[in-house]
Amino acid sequence: MSKGKPSAYPYIPNSVSTVKNKMLKEIGAKSAEDFYQDIPEKLRLKKKMNLPKPLLSEYSLRRHMEGILSKNKTCQEHLNFLGAGCWQHYVPAVCDEVNQRGEFLTAYAGEPYDDHGRWQALFEYASMMGELLNMDVVNVPTYDWLQAAATSIRMASRITGRREVLVSRTISADKLSKIRDYCKPEIGVKLLNYDRETGQMDLNSLKAEISSKTAAVYFENPSYLGFIEAHGDEISKIAHGHGAISIVGVDPISLGILTPPIEYGADIVCGDLQPLGMHMQFGGGHAGFIATRDEEKYVMEYPSRLFGIAPTSVEGEYGFGDVAYERTSFALREEGKEFVGTAAALWGITAGVYLALMGPQGMREIGEGIMQRSRYAILQISKIDGVKCPVFQSTHFKEFVVNFDGASKTVAEINKTLLRKHKIFGGKNLKKEFPELGNSALYCITEVHTRNDIDRLANAVKEAVQ
Amino acid sequence: MHGERQFMDKSADRSGKRKLGLIVNPIAGLGGRVGLKGSDGTEIQRRALELGAVPQSINRAVQALERVTPLKDDLETVTYPSEMGEDAAKKCGFDPIVVGLIRKGKTTAKDTKNAAREMLRLGVNLLLFAGGDGTARDIYDAIGEGVPVLGIPTGVKMHSAVFAVNPRSAGDLAVLFLQGKCGIREAEVMDIDEEALREGIVSAKLYGYLRIPFQKRLVQGLKTPSGGGEKEAMAAIACEIVDGMKGDYLYIIGPGTTTRAIMTELGLNKTLIGVDVVLKGRLVGIDVNEAQLLKLLEERDAKIIITPIGGQGYIFGRGNQQISPEVIRKVGRDNIIVVATPEKINSLRGRPLLVDTGNRAVDRMLSGYIRVVTGYNEHVIYRVAY
Amino acid sequence: MEDITKKRYTDGKPKLRRFHQAKWDEPIIFELSNEGERGILIPEIEDDVKEEVGDVISTIPESMRRKQPPKLPELAQPRVLRHYVRLSQETLGTDLNIDVGQGTCTMKYSPKINEQLARMPQMTEIHPLQDEETVQGILEVLYKFEQILREISGMDQFSLQPGAGSQAIYANASIIRAHHKARGEAHQRTEIITTVFSHPSNAACAKTAGFKVITLYPDEDGYPDLEALKTAVSEHTAGLMITNPEDTGIFNPNIEEFVRVVHEAGGLCFYDQANANGILGITRAKEAGFDLCHFNLHKTFSAPHGCGGPAIGAIGVTKELAKFLPVPVIESDGNKYHLNYDRPESIGKVRSFYGVAPVVLKAYAWVMSLGAEGLREVAEIAVLNNNYLLRKLVEIRGVSAPYAKGKPRIEQVRYSWEKLARGTGVHSEEIGIRAADFGVHYWTSHHPWIVPEPCTLEPTESYSKDDLDEYVEILRHVSNEAYTNPELVKTAPHNSTIHKIDHTPLDDPSQWSMTWRAYRKKVHK
Repeated sequence: MSKGKPSAYPYIPNSVSTVKNKMLKEIGAKSAEDFYQDIPEKLRLKKKMNLPKPLLSEYSLRRHMEGILSKNKTCQEHLNFLGAGCWQHYVPAVCDEVNQRGEFLTAYAGEPYDDHGRWQALFEYASMMGELLNMDVVNVPTYDWLQAAATSIRMASRITGRREVLVSRTISADKLSKIRDYCKPEIGVKLLNYDRETGQMDLNSLKAEISSKTAAVYFENPSYLGFIEAHGDEISKIAHGHGAISIVGVDPISLGILTPPIEYGADIVCGDLQPLGMHMQFGGGHAGFIATRDEEKYVMEYPSRLFGIAPTSVEGEYGFGDVAYERTSFALREEGKEFVGTAAALWGITAGVYLALMGPQGMREIGEGIMQRSRYAILQISKIDGVKCPVFQSTHFKEFVVNFDGASKTVAEINKTLLRKHKIFGGKNLKKEFPELGNSALYCITEVHTRNDIDRLANAVKEAVQ
Repeated sequence: MHGERQFMDKSADRSGKRKLGLIVNPIAGLGGRVGLKGSDGTEIQRRALELGAVPQSINRAVQALERVTPLKDDLETVTYPSEMGEDAAKKCGFDPIVVGLIRKGKTTAKDTKNAAREMLRLGVNLLLFAGGDGTARDIYDAIGEGVPVLGIPTGVKMHSAVFAVNPRSAGDLAVLFLQGKCGIREAEVMDIDEEALREGIVSAKLYGYLRIPFQKRLVQGLKTPSGGGEKEAMAAIACEIVDGMKGDYLYIIGPGTTTRAIMTELGLNKTLIGVDVVLKGRLVGIDVNEAQLLKLLEERDAKIIITPIGGQGYIFGRGNQQISPEVIRKVGRDNIIVVATPEKINSLRGRPLLVDTGNRAVDRMLSGYIRVVTGYNEHVIYRVAY
Repeated sequence: MEDITKKRYTDGKPKLRRFHQAKWDEPIIFELSNEGERGILIPEIEDDVKEEVGDVISTIPESMRRKQPPKLPELAQPRVLRHYVRLSQETLGTDLNIDVGQGTCTMKYSPKINEQLARMPQMTEIHPLQDEETVQGILEVLYKFEQILREISGMDQFSLQPGAGSQAIYANASIIRAHHKARGEAHQRTEIITTVFSHPSNAACAKTAGFKVITLYPDEDGYPDLEALKTAVSEHTAGLMITNPEDTGIFNPNIEEFVRVVHEAGGLCFYDQANANGILGITRAKEAGFDLCHFNLHKTFSAPHGCGGPAIGAIGVTKELAKFLPVPVIESDGNKYHLNYDRPESIGKVRSFYGVAPVVLKAYAWVMSLGAEGLREVAEIAVLNNNYLLRKLVEIRGVSAPYAKGKPRIEQVRYSWEKLARGTGVHSEEIGIRAADFGVHYWTSHHPWIVPEPCTLEPTESYSKDDLDEYVEILRHVSNEAYTNPELVKTAPHNSTIHKIDHTPLDDPSQWSMTWRAYRKKVHK
């Protein structure tokens, strides 16, 4: 055995030299070198790659990895109040159980025959989302909400043939950045103002900016800043009045108590599935959904796959397949609907499991429970001197903005104190994204927080601002 | 506005049976085996039979029909008597409705045309025919684009693009079409000068277009959907071309369905099998010949827009000879725009595009690589040979 | 005692297994719903809190309150579990089958240890916006893996943010655009060149990014055509996007020339390394002169495919282009790790936060378990397995391996069943469906189908000689069936979960149904 090289690698069955030689002999090759003959000598790597020394035994690998990961402080031993695009919700054990199963975990792009289970699971996910959203078409998930929003906007542009989109200002900077980059080749992005008191979209700003050039209006409900946008109805009406499409981004875990956007005129609905059964994973649990009515002109513009139900040659048997695999677009000048590829299917299946476990009652209870806790938190924090909470005079769902202008410390300082002294992750510092809000932070409360947790937060903040 | 979808032939009455028409040209391809090119004309037929030629078309028809037998009880089959289809059908176990009257052993083009007309009248969903380019022309003369048609190849060399790859796939394609799993597209019918052919000269003119079934291959487990069908591809190409048109150039637009889409985008009518000329969005020449083209070129610079004609990938020399070597030279290679849908390019299976202008030097000038517009903002670099 | 074992062999070779896929005939979950059943109960807040906050639902503006509960299915917990475990059984993951048949997807073994590591709370229960000092562990992993990719490719800096191959290609197209814009040539440089055997995402993403796409067709031997490239470049060339080896498994021996020609025209060169598995440690993007590249961590680097994601497409660039990479980038002073958002020329955000960290974790762990020599072994065995399979498969009646006649391939091969199709009328996709009757996957090809009746197979290093022999036997068997009993093949599958699907409703707007609710509406018409 040569230095550092084992007699066989566990992940590489044919690394056993006798087998390797047998195979080479059978095909008349002297060594693996024979197969690389098309690669010019000049391009061949002469040296050995300078990579870390391998941890050949599984045990040493585990020790190494656990050693590194133990440097992370988790939201189990710390109390977490961060949201802002990634949220801590409880993940049912059955969700983890299902997405750990080797079949689902390691499947990919098989036929609706050999991978029938995967097709059915994704069809059911789309169906359950359809019920949540009151819409008949839901896609196989895309990467995340950023992508879903950007794609929804480009879909609207293709459908209307127009090149401008109006976007609510109270969305995250990340989302705006993504939309701008993705729309760059074709579409201009304009921001709409919001009411400084309530956070709500300023309808005058919308009326001023909208024109016959507008492809769509995009807003979120609840907003990135946590409040519920009360005038969805009017926004959609104004959009429709100018022939524009109304696109609403929504948090699916709110839909047990909030009405689905289609009820207030949304034509395209998008959002993130992460709250429905995915751990935070440092931002790795995201998946984006897009939903529309079942109209050909919308269906044809989806870049994602759409799974449909179909009969088989045996009576009573369910089969599945791709709907409208050849998407004929209205927008001939953008032939080929963007692109599609591997995205986040496993999270789609998981979201289905989550919704099945929750049922209509669970969705209502969790929505109500979240609002009860966030309301309680708002009440406690508002009692603290020097703190304005909530900043916006609107009803909030799970997030709200807290302003610390009246305190003697910055949000950064407060958060450091919360962390070091109280083991609490304080709300996101909004200084960079929304400088006009001054010294503000975005706090997130979910069903994982108990009364003690919230009291602890309030006391800690009280101490930290002194 | 959304175009007509190209799949799913919905013309059939769902409660009734679908109708399949069958015409066999018993003398097609007669000449080939005995070294005679083509088999038009009774004289050639007589000579061929003298030389011991055995009619192949009936066998080929049987090969195709065998693939259709699983459907035979769900179909109404209509055909012409004995060697013009009845024999082949019965041999495969079909129980066809036999119409028309012929003189056995003395069938002519007229019989083919009568048969086609009769089947159109009877409302067949698909007309399968076994024959060659000549048979295709006869059917076109009789019924034009009235009914979808598919050719079972039997002739020496198929120039028309209305034939399946081989008899078996003709049968398979017919089955798929009758089950509603196919689209339809237009394909060229070529007029080959048989006399010249016998002298070893290929002289082909574009005769017309027939509608033929067009199979979407079942897409299996792919990660990326494809974008649209043939009609959409042509429309996208048209947008690209029209967007790029310059006001001071003449546009010499060759025959074809893809070039027709360009004219449609401009709101103009196209001579499907001829050459038209456009200037500043208006027609300045309709179905022009070489002389007329040369005259127009005296005043102005021009661009030529052409598309491959026929099943063999010729961009010059088959069906657009009006665009002569002289015209090509005057316009210049850099002003030649080739358009073709991705499907068309792929059907070449890696063979190069071909040119046969009649002038060797011009052929050589055209050969090498050429840019082909295949969509909106989509081009392909493809080889051209002569 | 009866010798059962003996009956399983013929002439010392194992008989084909008598496979049948799990078949539960499982209803759609809505059909299992029983009113009142609960799958999980929600934690209730304390009573005095309830009193203090009052009826929160009534604080929601009336127009925003949900009027009707969503018609989600109602199932008790074990019934939900049972349903999904059954569906899972009806899915042929790589864990279960000889997954050689999903060519270009690099279906290799995803080590279970990496799965377990990625499910530790230190990975799952961390929020991306936590103070940096609390996530030094995961930042270390992201940073170190980036260093590893630099060494493997020779490129100067990477971003692990894009959510898979296509998003990576799009990000690279964005970078190309940013580069030309910075030089004032954005209006001029509007064309991206690619080849027809490159992954279709190369063309699709370039187009989405606003470029005109010029596709090169191969020469007669199936190699990318250098002469064609020379006619394609001009002052309009923004860049070249090419997959190498291409999806046919053929390495372009002129790749350096290709790069030189495009550079001379002023364009940038992007190397789609989706097919890197066979060349790890053998050849790199840097030496060939590329400016940008990407890797699929869920392919080459063993992260599982998850039915289609989540995944990562890591993008790498030269130092001249590093300023355009998505934000944030991860930096280190040797001790601590830090997220840097101060990148004014960045193309911005591509995906939420930093990408899918658990996927990077798995990829990192995989490389750490193998080291440089191990990666080299991966490449060599993947290529050996592929050429072994090639040799065996072309002996089967009706199969050929077009292009590069007699020459070896790198990590995959695109075969053609044209001969069999002409002889029997059985098509490639039908062979694929019959293959499901033996417990394996099979894949034809991306469109367009340049190679007629295509079949693209990629063994990777994860399968043993016996596994490969079994796959060959399956295809041999199906080939024989095509010649002797074609109807059996055409009416497949027979041993799978379901039978032949009728696709017609899927293209008909009056019938297609992407959700159960749509379906129930349409069946009543």
